[in-house]
Amino acid sequence: MSLAVLHAGFQTSVQDLGRYGYLRGGIPPSGPMDRHAFVIANRLVGNEDNAAELECAFLGPRLECQTDTLIAVTGAEVDLRINGKLEVLWTALRIRSGDVIQIGPARNGCWTYLAVSGGIDVPPVLGSRATYSRGSLGGMEGRALKNGDLLPLKANLQGHDSMQGRQILSQYKPSFPAEVEVRVILGPQEDYFTPDGIATFLSGAYKVTHKIDRMGYRLEGPPIAHRTGPDIISDGIPSGGIQVPGDGQPMILLVDRQSTGGYSKIASVISVDIGVVAQAQPGRRIRFRSVTLTEAHRILRQAEAGLVKIIEGQS
Amino acid sequence: MLPLNDVSPSKGAGGNPTPRKARYLPAGDRALSVEFGSTISEDLNQRVLQFDNLLRKVCLPGVLETVPSYRALLVYYDPLIIEYEALVEQLRRWETEIAPQVVEPPRRVEIPCCYDPELGFDLTAVGTQHGLTAQDVVRIHSSAQYITYFIGFAPGFPYLGGLPEEIFTPRLVRPRDKIPGGSVGIGGGQCTIYSVESPGGFWILGRTPLRLYDPSASQPVLLRAGDRIRFHPVDRADYEQMYRSVAAGTFRTNIQESV
Repeated sequence: MSLAVLHAGFQTSVQDLGRYGYLRGGIPPSGPMDRHAFVIANRLVGNEDNAAELECAFLGPRLECQTDTLIAVTGAEVDLRINGKLEVLWTALRIRSGDVIQIGPARNGCWTYLAVSGGIDVPPVLGSRATYSRGSLGGMEGRALKNGDLLPLKANLQGHDSMQGRQILSQYKPSFPAEVEVRVILGPQEDYFTPDGIATFLSGAYKVTHKIDRMGYRLEGPPIAHRTGPDIISDGIPSGGIQVPGDGQPMILLVDRQSTGGYSKIASVISVDIGVVAQAQPGRRIRFRSVTLTEAHRILRQAEAGLVKIIEGQS
Repeated sequence: MLPLNDVSPSKGAGGNPTPRKARYLPAGDRALSVEFGSTISEDLNQRVLQFDNLLRKVCLPGVLETVPSYRALLVYYDPLIIEYEALVEQLRRWETEIAPQVVEPPRRVEIPCCYDPELGFDLTAVGTQHGLTAQDVVRIHSSAQYITYFIGFAPGFPYLGGLPEEIFTPRLVRPRDKIPGGSVGIGGGQCTIYSVESPGGFWILGRTPLRLYDPSASQPVLLRAGDRIRFHPVDRADYEQMYRSVAAGTFRTNIQESV
């Protein structure tokens, strides 16, 4: 039982929810850029949240499925074709052995997820199937997919008939506006910035540049002023941490980030909004809004509770 | 999970003045930074490592992982399991109980280093800046004991303190695009070993045949915070032979577990 890779697409990789406990050795968690879309794809096909999926960047792969199964594709807005016929996203779809799945280029958003019933069965490395390409770790031989790969699948789950056609409620399907609002918690080094610098950061529009990858996104906009200089004594960088180097242009650090760094961090994106950043294509604009830690935790609890009600027909 | 009194020795030992209280700062909604000070020093780093060690031993539910650095500890937590205020309150209580006995005895690691000018391509340039011969630089660099403050930036990449002041050298004005993996370099008052090929602004004095990061190993990262390091000079022939046995998985790194 496997998925044959006819065309690998661009930087398509195997991901699960990530590898934890190794940041102290400089090994990042990896995992999905858009956790929300990832989890929903798994839930649509009845998988546990951590089951391994494929993550596609901008241009998806063409795959031949060598078993009867159930799949779901979520995340960016793409053309999904099965044997050439357009199919809907965010939906559990029945697949027959020999069917060809094609995920086209992303029209809106950047990252697309393909979940298969049971999950992808590459061997876990340090407790995770997530691919960390820069460190040649996990996934398919520590790298992005290439043409001709054969991805082993876990045994199918039962109950395909009842799950087939399941969708998420339409209000949960993402939109991809030209400008998104992203909520942040200021700090831990907001005291490295002038009050004007903080005001600039919270009022300006920051354009996503072409320098984006799984490590982080570089943005471009009104320069953020430091009090004295950008350098701190290197320390740990949290997920969604926003570093501001000497040129005043923010960079948001993501799943494959370096574990520590020496630029002052003005704020961190709240975890619920990290996927929103990840799906912002080059040229889109981001505006930052500051929330308190208490608010951020309330938003997180609401999002977690909302997830269980997101799939149609499930309560 | 150990009860706390197993790892928190009696207070007052050593007679050191009470250190300044740490600062607790939110770092996003799933991490907090515990800052013990604002300088790079062995004492401050020891406090970080002691606190890190304590947290690793007690396994507080909701604490996911910790990342030590020079003067701060980043604590990742799950806010759905433990609330920020409760976590900070608990950490503050433990902070007052840190004592030197908590930390495990450091390991001593011998790093073979070949100072052949082809591998240590900046050796002569560093000597020239200080009015020293290449041999002097090698002697000075390999006679010191280094302390691993922490691993960060890239997989297995150590931040080493203990470089002798005689060879403090400002970093390269223009960093190189590619430094080969295993390169041993100095910059400012720091020393490092490039764990993987990467860009870098350090002056390269030599190269080790060891792999500080080996994704195929069950423990991919060789060094850890607190390790004491010495560089053992080897000639080119020994380097090549060691390199081959490291690749074959038959090389035994000299690591002494306790002092």
